[in-house]
Amino acid sequence: MVNYIKLIVLGLAALGALIAANYGRDLAYTVNMLIAASFAIVAFIYTLRRTDEPVGADVSGEYLDGVIRFGVIATAFWGVVGFLVGVVIAFQLAFPVLNLEFMQGYTNFGRLRPLHTSAVIFAFGGNALLATSFYIVQRTSAARLWGGNLAWFVFWGYQLFILMAATGYLLGATNGKEYAEPEWHIDLWLTVVWVCYLLVFAGTIMKRKEPHIYVANWFFLAFIITIAMLHIVNNLAIPVSIFGSKSVQVFAGVQDAMVQWWYGHNAVGFFLTAGFLGMMYYFVPKQAERPVYSYKLSIIHFWALIFLYIWAGPHHLHYTALPDWASTLGMVFSVVLWMPSWGGMINGLMTLSGAWDKLRTDPVIRMMVISIGFYGMSTFEGPMMSIRAVNSLSHYTDWTIGHVHSGALGWNGMITFGALYFLVPKLWNRTGLYSLRLVSWHFWLATIGIIFYAASMWVTGIMEGLMWREVDANGFLVNSFADTVSAKFPMYVVRGLGGVMFLAGAIIMCYNLWMTAKRAPAAEAQGPVAVPAE
Amino acid sequence: METYSLLREFADSWMLLTLFGFFVGVVFFVMRPGSTKTYSNVADIPFRHEDKPAARSGDAKEA
Repeated sequence: MVNYIKLIVLGLAALGALIAANYGRDLAYTVNMLIAASFAIVAFIYTLRRTDEPVGADVSGEYLDGVIRFGVIATAFWGVVGFLVGVVIAFQLAFPVLNLEFMQGYTNFGRLRPLHTSAVIFAFGGNALLATSFYIVQRTSAARLWGGNLAWFVFWGYQLFILMAATGYLLGATNGKEYAEPEWHIDLWLTVVWVCYLLVFAGTIMKRKEPHIYVANWFFLAFIITIAMLHIVNNLAIPVSIFGSKSVQVFAGVQDAMVQWWYGHNAVGFFLTAGFLGMMYYFVPKQAERPVYSYKLSIIHFWALIFLYIWAGPHHLHYTALPDWASTLGMVFSVVLWMPSWGGMINGLMTLSGAWDKLRTDPVIRMMVISIGFYGMSTFEGPMMSIRAVNSLSHYTDWTIGHVHSGALGWNGMITFGALYFLVPKLWNRTGLYSLRLVSWHFWLATIGIIFYAASMWVTGIMEGLMWREVDANGFLVNSFADTVSAKFPMYVVRGLGGVMFLAGAIIMCYNLWMTAKRAPAAEAQGPVAVPAE
Repeated sequence: METYSLLREFADSWMLLTLFGFFVGVVFFVMRPGSTKTYSNVADIPFRHEDKPAARSGDAKEA
């Protein structure tokens, strides 16, 4: 019976999307609708083939892991895609000729840049969060995912969101808000998917068999709820036509800027921090085989982080039309954030106390430890850059880019890699990873790549900031903007090379994970000594 | 009073106090007597139920 309702809904969705594609006023909208229609048609056929078939065995005594396997594959895939686009745009900045003439308007820097940021944050990071949160909430609640196949809908719905957003960027549909570029129809779809995600997650917690909600789930729940709130408020917009992708923002002027950076900073605080802290509080204890250093500290960490992060956004708007009190508020709360951030870092690192020797033998835990180290470093750097005097030097320069990447590549990337290395042997029922040597290769390529990246961006950012503010004896500016651009060239090349190393590490990881899943669960030692080409 | 000033004043005073009070309350709650034993037990949650959900009932009560 349920299948008949599904078929009706899917059929109507496919028909509606095809009609919308037919009437589409711009190419991006038409392409988006065709993608949506093909998803609906495939789902329709899939459902149809299972309708009126005998139901399978009772699975209530098992965890729902199929969707997590898909999530792991999607994470690795989108990671490589996102890093690759990042490398391309890094070299486009160094060598403008790479903005290919015949692809002008589609693959130039301005179109690829949001593709890169969304691919790494929402496609790579988002899939990692989906997969790990589904894994963790089941294990720590001792219950199967709530809602039957709703988790599958969340997964495929999220992939549809990614594909529509990505094609939209390339074809020029954007509402011009950083990290919130998808247009109104994609935003509405994400809202539907996200509410289902909340239902699956909260439903699983509701039917948990453990009396206590483990701390990782608190972080995941805060992430899901806050992202829903941020997404809806920041994307309040009125479409020009229901058959076109263009929309007009409801907020205007400084209110719009404030809402945007309230969103933007909390996307960092709750998507890239709270969610990934949920991963940390599960995978680090698991990999170290000891409980978290201080559970009390983890609770205080949670509440302090939640209370403080939400106020930090205005530090993106120093020296703008925003009232001074608001940007001072943002600055003060950013500085206070030092404490919970470092409390969390200490909690993660000290989980290894008594097991530090594992660092020598286990490259996976080395990855997790360095990710916590980068978390500590970038949560030190961020508050410092939010101080108004520092910000007057750092803002609008590449220092910001370097800061973002030490957090994103170092913290988010490395903890995700650690989680993937943990998950794949478990999910594919293997005794261990295919090759620990390859994990070591990945570790060093990624770490050195990040150092190249961050160091070159510090140098170029501070140089740029100093050049912009340099005045001669008569008070005239010394350098033109183009002077800074040409001075930055060598650092741009170094940054690009750092990106190539990070990408090479990720490709090695994909090979290693693939072989782990394919190979018989035999011994560790027989992995060939592969030397990656760079 | 216009809405902005009213909300501003409320946010600056009672709401701030409420949120801060809640946070201090959390810290004291976490440090309550007997919590060490509870939390050391709770911290072991990731090491149970690795492969299968808990059975019908009571299974997790040993926690």
